[in-house]
Amino acid sequence: MGSRSTARQLVGWAFLVPLVAYLVLCYAYPLVTNVDLSIRDYTVRTFVRGGAPLIGLANYATVFGDPAFRTALLNTFLFTAASLVFQYAIGLATAVFFARRFRLSATLRALFLVPWLLPLIVSASTWAWLLNSESGLVNAVLEGIGVDRVNWLTSPSWSLVSVTAANIWIGIPFNLVVLYSGLRNIPAEVYEASALDGANAWQAFRHITFPLLRPVSAITLLLGLVYTLKVFDIIWIMTKGGPSGSSSTLATWSYELGFGTMVPRFGLSAAVGNVLILLALAAGLVYVRLQRRQDVA
Amino acid sequence: MRRPAWATAVGLLLTAAMLFPVYWMITVSLTPASDMRKSPPSLFPASPTFEGYQRVLREQLPYLATSLLVALGTVVLTLALAAPAAYSLAKLRPRGRRVLGFLLLVAQMIPGIIMALGFYGIYVKLGITNTVWGLIFADSTIAVPFAVLILTSFMASVPDELLQAARIDGAGPWRSFVSIVLPASRNGVVTAALFSFLWAWSDFVFAATVDAGGRLQPLTLGIYRYIGNNNQEWNSIMATAVVASVPAAVLLVVAQRYVAAGITSGAVKD
Repeated sequence: MGSRSTARQLVGWAFLVPLVAYLVLCYAYPLVTNVDLSIRDYTVRTFVRGGAPLIGLANYATVFGDPAFRTALLNTFLFTAASLVFQYAIGLATAVFFARRFRLSATLRALFLVPWLLPLIVSASTWAWLLNSESGLVNAVLEGIGVDRVNWLTSPSWSLVSVTAANIWIGIPFNLVVLYSGLRNIPAEVYEASALDGANAWQAFRHITFPLLRPVSAITLLLGLVYTLKVFDIIWIMTKGGPSGSSSTLATWSYELGFGTMVPRFGLSAAVGNVLILLALAAGLVYVRLQRRQDVA
Repeated sequence: MRRPAWATAVGLLLTAAMLFPVYWMITVSLTPASDMRKSPPSLFPASPTFEGYQRVLREQLPYLATSLLVALGTVVLTLALAAPAAYSLAKLRPRGRRVLGFLLLVAQMIPGIIMALGFYGIYVKLGITNTVWGLIFADSTIAVPFAVLILTSFMASVPDELLQAARIDGAGPWRSFVSIVLPASRNGVVTAALFSFLWAWSDFVFAATVDAGGRLQPLTLGIYRYIGNNNQEWNSIMATAVVASVPAAVLLVVAQRYVAAGITSGAVKD
């Protein structure tokens, strides 16, 4: 018996070997490379040839001391918070609406997925043209109703709002689908009982739907948090984090330091990336814990 | 159940509002270049033209072919790694599998931009930047953890009795995997394949870092260069965007069920 179960273990791990090798090569190795980049003083020359001197945490000190860091951190926070609040609120409202299951509801719900499925460069460039200062439709409409044009992407006071709006649009489908499937798991009898007690639609939502949906809501928001911290494409394509850093987040700033200028600063880029990864992992661990607890419950 | 018509009407309005940017993308792609700066812009293509699409055919075909190659390569690599692993996690259940499952969850949370910089560092050192297969390996990191997790949950639902019967008939683990578990979890394989295709097809971060100077570049970089180079030719940019959206549309039409399943997996337990 013992030897048979050992054999079974071995067979089990044999099927896992390619994946484990892959995780080491394509996850651990790049991540270690990133840490290595962040503690050395790289130039383009040493990046290719090697031999960059170790400088400890100096890159991190430079990053933390840069005023651009505070801007990027604050923008990351604002971008993430606003995206989550609006995606969740709109996603929940549409999920409750679609739960009525009217004629065509399944088809329309499927069409709501489109923004989530489109390549980000497609969504980002479409939004960039909609919000274009001179020829964009949004400004044309504003002008039509007598409001002044807004430099959505080129004014420091609007650029972050614009990229956040585009990101909210992309995130609504995810919230809708997850919350909708959460709603479907609430037994109909609960609602029937409350209807007998004379509860109206709003009361049913406040006292039944929302509380019973809390576990699904928590998971949705946490996954949303992990996804939103990662966002790079949308912002980079629409504004490149500009003008003058006004829409830069940790993700875009990291890319900009490494690839956005003529003089790449890989050490700093990696340091910013490693700060971002700590934030993402913190959010991720909360998610895993919550998921575990719900599995047990 | 009542099925009020007003709900359908509101639903149609909401969907129209949600999809308006997509409508606008298509409209702009059909607008003649001379009308592009017209003020106010017309809400529907009054004199539709295919000049944007003709330019796509003239200039973007190599990009399109590269995207297809990269996406298909990513699907093959992802399934080859994920399917055996998922079989082991779901059916052979070796010790230590929980740790692996945890690592896969964590792997999904690492921002792509960080992976991209790490890959770039490695590829420069090895001299393999700007290669299609290098891009395939980088792109696969978006899909592999997801594919393992979703395939594991599909394969876990294959009845154990089926595998016991096969074992009695003398089938080894490999045989059971290939001729029982894999066919029985067809839907999971389809879902994993569709999503890996879509994500590799849509990737911009990895393309912009590890393949930005390559001879063969994907369509996302094609669009990016269009935006950078000629601000006048928005009908060509939007026409390319429409073409780049085709896989998403196909996915939604042929595999809507799987799409919703893919999105909710990991978020909701049924």
